[in-house]
Amino acid sequence: MELFNNLILGFSVALSFQNLWFCFIGVLLGTLIGVLPGIGPLATIAMLLPITFNVAPVSALIMLAGIYYGAQYGGSTTAILVNLPGETSAVVTCIDGYQMARQGRAGPALAIAAIGSFVAGTVCTLFIALFGPPLAEMALKFGAPEYFSLMLMGLVTAAVLAHGDMIKALAMVALGLLLGVVGTDVNSGMSRFAFGISELTDGIGFVVLAVGVFAVGEIVSNLGETEERQVFTKGKITGLFPTWPDLKASIGPILRGTGIGAFLGVLPGTGPAIASFSSYMLEKKVSKTPERFGNGAIEGVAGPESANNADAQCKFIPTLTLGIPASAVMALMLGALTIQGIAPGPQVMTQKPDLFWGLIASMWVGNLMLVILNLPLIGLWVSLLKVPYRFLFPAIMGFSCIGIYSVNNSAFDVYLTAIFAVIGFFWMRLEMPAAPLLLGFVLGPLMEENLRRALLISRGDPSVFVTRPISAGFIITTVLIILIMVVPAVRKKREAITD
Amino acid sequence: MKFDWRNNRDFWAGVFFILTGAAAMIISRDYPMGSALRMGPGYFPTVLGGIVVVFGIYVLIKGVINNEKVVGNWSLRALFILPAATWIFGVMMETVGFIPALFVLMYTSSIAGKEFKFLEVTIMAVVMVAVCTGVFIYGLGLPYPLFKGH
Repeated sequence: MELFNNLILGFSVALSFQNLWFCFIGVLLGTLIGVLPGIGPLATIAMLLPITFNVAPVSALIMLAGIYYGAQYGGSTTAILVNLPGETSAVVTCIDGYQMARQGRAGPALAIAAIGSFVAGTVCTLFIALFGPPLAEMALKFGAPEYFSLMLMGLVTAAVLAHGDMIKALAMVALGLLLGVVGTDVNSGMSRFAFGISELTDGIGFVVLAVGVFAVGEIVSNLGETEERQVFTKGKITGLFPTWPDLKASIGPILRGTGIGAFLGVLPGTGPAIASFSSYMLEKKVSKTPERFGNGAIEGVAGPESANNADAQCKFIPTLTLGIPASAVMALMLGALTIQGIAPGPQVMTQKPDLFWGLIASMWVGNLMLVILNLPLIGLWVSLLKVPYRFLFPAIMGFSCIGIYSVNNSAFDVYLTAIFAVIGFFWMRLEMPAAPLLLGFVLGPLMEENLRRALLISRGDPSVFVTRPISAGFIITTVLIILIMVVPAVRKKREAITD
Repeated sequence: MKFDWRNNRDFWAGVFFILTGAAAMIISRDYPMGSALRMGPGYFPTVLGGIVVVFGIYVLIKGVINNEKVVGNWSLRALFILPAATWIFGVMMETVGFIPALFVLMYTSSIAGKEFKFLEVTIMAVVMVAVCTGVFIYGLGLPYPLFKGH
């Protein structure tokens, strides 16, 4: 019964005129950047953070969330139509989606992607509503050792599942934790790694790091590429609706994809790309006709599309119930909360139920909007793809710079962004993954704080992390993940997937 | 295959990790270490610096063995110009105000691209300034003077 009341409260918040409007703006912007390659949800949310300063916290989060899952969705539209993944999570969709489009079945491919995402969104909304409150209740009992172990697990998972070399990713996580140390130490009041620069005593801004590396650094990298983007948009999209056999073939993949996405989504550290890839592998494995995959199998679109949407949505579970950002994008969401004066953590759900349930309900509303909005607007998105990059990147530069400056009204942040753009470019070229670094950076201060507190409680005895059952569970999982990855066969498989 | 350090991807990644990790450890010596029971501000960064160095050595050795090359094209032009353009924007926001800063940014960043058509960039700069002034200054009420100085 409580579930119903909560959902009713959520929908009453999400369906207010103002919040519908912000949700609409969010999914529209999200789809837009999802369609445009070269700019991801992370950089966009970072750039647009200042827009949310003057709106109510619920509306701000609703809009940012809309950008996030809207981008997921827009990325698959271009993957299907022009074989260009707008976002990394849509890489898998290219394989069969584009083949379907070439066979004149772009309509059903787009529709099944929409339906799959919508089903996944609906299931995950219920999932969060069911499991969010008990999780938050459990989290209230977490002490410092549990928080430390959980974050350790998240960081290791992030490194293991990152693109490319695992050791490099782990090193980047450690480097991120180190960057997080910059600023005033909360325990001793001593300023560390500030080099006498007063702005640095407050630490490095998350937005500065994100925009520097993922917006400006990315542009620097893109401008080095010589190849021009080619857009194939021959032929009209006819017959939007999937046939009955299409639908029947897709039910299984959609449900399995939702399951995979929801499971991986709850784990901190994983990204939607992993979810969509796992789902594709699974569908190929369970299919009676695996040879159809790669030649326009509708299951190869339905599964991954449901999985990445489910993952995107379920990332909110650890973020909102534990106050631990499960991905770099989620860290920005928590940043937005903090700017609004709300401390993230398990208490958000009880103290601000309208915020929590409003956000959850709005995600369902947003998914519905995407289905209704997107199919008629496909022509617009395709024509957007033809905008030359030389118009695009100065505009991105403009929004990035204004966004950075406005966070603290500080020119110093702008200078720091320039520096991180250069460093970020070299990271990209040396294939040092920046996403795990960002996660480490966000969790750094939290981890140090909890580590110190845990050892203070235990009088310096490190066994506290393994003698408390919940904490021990996280540590054992972490060790298992590392051990599994050391097994040569698994290692090879991982390399095949993440490369 | 001969070991070539100049274009060796993991060699340089390793060098980067080792240098930053070591720098963190050296700088942390100025901060009290404390003990495991009562960690001082130097404890966490020293341990992390050590971890980064160890991983860095592994990556460097891997680079020497595998000899993987850095791939992709470099645009030195973009690498210099875009961060410089960002920097100039920061300086101009402090000295001459929002409109000139944004206007100049459109030109400076466009130079980094492969094509630079003056008329095209001017039109784009005017549109961007108009849109951003409308949205950020009037719409969202960000408190920046449009022109500053005089």
